[in-house]
Parts: sequence; C-alpha cells; structure tokens
Amino acid sequence: MATAETSRRGGLRSRGAAIGGVVPPVSLLLVAGAVGLLVGCLRSSLFAQLTVQGLALGAVYGSLALALVLVYRATRVINFAQGELAMATTYVAYQLIQWGLSYWEAFPATLAIAFALGTALQVVLIRPVRHRSVIAAVIVTVGLFILIDGVVDWIWGSNFKFMPSPFGTKTYHVGGVSIARLYPGMFAVVLVSALLVWALFRFTKLGLGMRAAAFRPAEAALVGVRVDWMLAIGWGLAAVLGAVAGLMAEPAQFFLEPTLMQPVLVYAFAAAVLGGLDSPAGAVVGGLAIGVSLNLAVQYVHPISSELQTPVAFAVLVGVLLLKPAGLFGHREVRRV
Amino acid sequence: MRRRLPALVSLVAVAALLSALPFTLSDYNVSLVAQVGVFFVAVLGLNILTGYTGQISIGHGAFMAIGGYTTAIMSRDHHTNLVVTMLMAFAICFVVGLLLGLPALRLSGVYLALATFALAVSVPELPLKWSKFLGGSGGVQSAKTVSNLWLYGAAWTASAILFVLAWLILRGRVGRAFRAVRDSEIAAVASGIELPIYKTLAFGISAAYAGVAGSLFVLATNGFAQPSEFGVFLSLQILVGAAIAGLGSLWGILVGAAFVGLLPNVSSSVPVIGSAHGRDVVFGAAVVLIMLVLPDGFAGLVVRLRSLVRA
Repeated sequence: MATAETSRRGGLRSRGAAIGGVVPPVSLLLVAGAVGLLVGCLRSSLFAQLTVQGLALGAVYGSLALALVLVYRATRVINFAQGELAMATTYVAYQLIQWGLSYWEAFPATLAIAFALGTALQVVLIRPVRHRSVIAAVIVTVGLFILIDGVVDWIWGSNFKFMPSPFGTKTYHVGGVSIARLYPGMFAVVLVSALLVWALFRFTKLGLGMRAAAFRPAEAALVGVRVDWMLAIGWGLAAVLGAVAGLMAEPAQFFLEPTLMQPVLVYAFAAAVLGGLDSPAGAVVGGLAIGVSLNLAVQYVHPISSELQTPVAFAVLVGVLLLKPAGLFGHREVRRV
Repeated sequence: MRRRLPALVSLVAVAALLSALPFTLSDYNVSLVAQVGVFFVAVLGLNILTGYTGQISIGHGAFMAIGGYTTAIMSRDHHTNLVVTMLMAFAICFVVGLLLGLPALRLSGVYLALATFALAVSVPELPLKWSKFLGGSGGVQSAKTVSNLWLYGAAWTASAILFVLAWLILRGRVGRAFRAVRDSEIAAVASGIELPIYKTLAFGISAAYAGVAGSLFVLATNGFAQPSEFGVFLSLQILVGAAIAGLGSLWGILVGAAFVGLLPNVSSSVPVIGSAHGRDVVFGAAVVLIMLVLPDGFAGLVVRLRSLVRA
C-alpha cells in the first residue's frame, strides 16, 4: 500500500516534466535509433527520403496517439471513436473549403468545431457511463465509431473527396535528396500543436486543474476544481489534436474518404502503447518511431509489404504489451488489492 | 427444480418456435432469421468470454474470418462436406484462440480491448498479402452453395448444440472458475484456480464459437469469403450483440443476436436517411442509446422487470 502511494505521488510530480522518469536504457535506445537513422540518411538518399516521409507520417500517428493518451489519462477510457472523430472533422474542413474558405482559414475554424464537438460528446455520452465498467464506456465509444461513420457517409457520401494541398507542391533539394514541402510541413504543424497542448497543461491554471482532475478527482473537487468540466475540456482538446491528425493525414493520402483514419487509429494505438498509455511525450515519440520504422520496413525488409503494415503494427502492440506493458515512458500500474 | 422449470419451458418454447418458423416465412425472411442464428452463435461465444470470464474482445470478427476462410478454402480445394468444414473451423479457431489467449493473459481491461481491436483490423489484411492461397481482395468462392432453408437449419442446429455445450461447460467446475476469474483474479488465484489455464481456455472456446459463426456467415453470403465482409464492423457488431444480451440469459442472447443480425438489414430501408448509410446511423445511435438506458443489457432488464412484478 505504502509503495502505491509514493509511486503515484512521484508520478504526479514527474508528469509535469516533458519526459518524466525515463530510465537510462530507453534514452540510450532512442539516441542509438536516431544515430542509426542519421547514418542511413547520409549514406543513401532513398533512405533519407523515406525517413523524412516516415517522420511526417509518424507525427500524424503521434498526434492521434496523443489524443488517445489525453483521454485515457483523464477518464481511463480508450476512445475507439477518436479516429472517426478526426475523420469527421476533416470532412468539416472540406465543407468549409467548399464554401469558399482557404485551407488555412478553414484550419482554425475546424479546430474550434472539433473542440466543441469533443466537449459535447463527453458531456452527453461519456459522463453518464463514467462510473460504470470500462466495458460500458468502451462500447459507447464503439457505438459512436459506427454512428460517426454512418453520419459522414450520409452527409458526404463515400466517394473520394479532394482538398487543396496545404503546403503547395514545392520540392526542396537538400544535398541530392529531394523532399516534398508537404512532409516537413506536416511535421511542423503537428509538433507545434503538440507543444501548445503541452504548454497549456504545464503553464496555465486550466492545465493544472485538468491534471488535478485527472489524477485525484475527489481531492481536486475538494479544493474547488470543477472536475466534470475539466474532463470535458480534456475530451475537447483530444478532439482538436485528432482534427490536426486528420487534416494532416489527408494531404499524405491525397484524398479524403470515410475510412481515412482507420489504419491511422491502429498505428496510433501501437504508438500510444509503445510510448506508454499514460505518457503524452511517449505518445509522440512512439508515433514517430512507428511511422519511421514502418516506412523503412516496407522498403527494406523483404517480407513486409504495404499490406502488412497494420498486422506489423498489431505485432508491435502485442509485443510491447508482453515485454514491457508500461511502454517506454509509461508508469507501471499499481493496483490496490 | 421449481426454479429450473420456467427456464426449461422457455427453452422448449424457443425451440418449437424456431422449428415452426421456416414453414410460415417467405424465403427472404428465412434467410434473415438464419442470419440471426449466425449471430446467435457468435454472441453466445463472446458471452462466454466477456460475460462469464470478464475479458473484453473487440476482435471476434477476426476469428469469424478464420472460420469463414476455412470453410471456403476447404470447399474450394478439397470439396469437403460443408458440415465437416464447420467442425474444422471450430477446431482451428479453438487452437488459434488458445494461442492468442496466451498474450491476452497479461492484458486486461482497456489493454485487451486495444490488442483485440488491432487483431480485428489486421486479420482482413492477410488475404491481400497471400493472395494466391487466400484469394486477395476478390475473395474465395466455395465449391458448393446452400439454400436459405439449409442455412436456417444448419445455423439453428449449430446454435442449439453450442448452447447446450455452453450450458454444460458453464454449469460445472469450469464455469465456476470462469466466474471467479471475472469477479476477482486475485481471489480466484488465492482459491487455487489456475488463472492461465482458465483464461486461455475461455479464449479458445469463445474463438471456436466465433469460428463456427464465421463459416455459417460465409455460407450465408453464397459461400463467398471476402476480406471486406470481415472488417472491423463485424467485430463491433458481435461486441454490441453481447453487450445488449447482458449476462446469462437465453432471451438476452436471442435479443442481442436479433438486434445485430436484423437491425442493419431492416434499418437500411429507413426513410429520410436513405438506404446505404441508414444502417450505420441507426445502428450506432441505437447502440449508444441502449448503453445509456440499459446498463446491464437485456438480461438486466428482465431481472428488473421481475423484481417489479414481485414487489
């Protein structure tokens, strides 16, 4: 019992830092991976191209994984509809552009709508089942998954839709490696949004309240935090991050369809578990790692073709859960007997 | 004995009703009720795992895919009798379920939900990779197709056999162990229950049921096994069916199976929303509403009604 208390409190303190409680071997592993990538990039331009592309895709996975982690930390629920929610908000952006907004005008508007949508969903659907079993909450999100799919299909149909490219078609040439502007652009957008969310949690009173509500709901309520609203805002923020992921996944795929985010959701699950389901920094690192390694594996590891990407992500997920259930940066779950 | 009597009566009533139905219904309606039988088997299987052992699975569509492909491929390559392929599907899925139950041993709650969801997404990708044997995205066509009446008989006979089997498993020592694991793993271990054995066993049995449901499912689509038929939606359907069924009630499972088997078909003719997407809208909304209104599924509703009658 005593160990449970101290470890939880220690966890609360270290969670404020960007990467809390990293054991040396993990950081060594990451440095080794980065060095390996760098060496590869210097030796082969194809490798460099794939790495940049993988990092950009990985940022998208990381963004959705971050959304999952935020929801999980706040309510201990995995939102299976997170990907579909992201897909739906991407359709909203498409609609706004159809109505005459430019891409970068539609972008913030979409994020605002996503925030409202995420908050509303938590208040209306998740709050009533909050104190029931995990299974009940999971099934509600599963129902939401199907519902959103149907609604999007109903409003926009299942034909491919095309959106203007957010970053133009320009290509950079760096030392014999040509890189489409799209990829650094995707990477930067996701990184900036993740940093903004992190700053919100770290430096604002709202963020402090949200952290308190997530870890000690009863005590937080006693000192005047409005726990229910904090959790709802957490869902809203998760929906915003999901929307960023959706908006950046669309240009990478070059078209919009209702199944846009389903594979991305699996990669995001793998990323979140790899980084540790309760670690936001882990989600981003996990996303990048999954993105780069899948992109490279499809090219260089012969038996893995692009059809096998989701099964490989599944294998990663199960492997991590078996070998190190807490993930790279996560905290071991301590259960009260 | 007196408490058993109503259960026995309702069992006989259901059996009588089901054997009378094909003589009164049109061919199309027979196929719909047969569809309910397919889902009955799958939901029954998942109920053993989720309801009795407390392990969630969002991946039962994957086991159905394995069972379905077993039937289609054995029929295509060896012209095996279709009933024999169902038994093979049962056996193969039992083994696969045991194997997948091993990693699931260390997982619980949301982690297990994640892993099984990923399973549901990845298995339909496999035929695309090994397209020669598994038919690619075009699918596998079995050598023989069956009539709706045959399917009806097969689905409900399998349902009856598997229901009795489930009852036999759950009433005794094994069932008690399953329930103990569900209620508290620590308490179960403390009272001498071998956790790994019973957890993997529950996974295996449940997967085997899904396998049989899968081979019936393929027969229901004219013996055609196709990756797109076994997508995530199917897994979600089974889970939803089990959630609606609630725990330990034959009526619950019947209602759950009828809900997931019929609603997508019926709701595709909803006015306003239109045919193609009505299914998902109505289905999703119904799932969310039912979860909010009926926390313990249909079985819970029955219990509540009973206590109302008594009071």
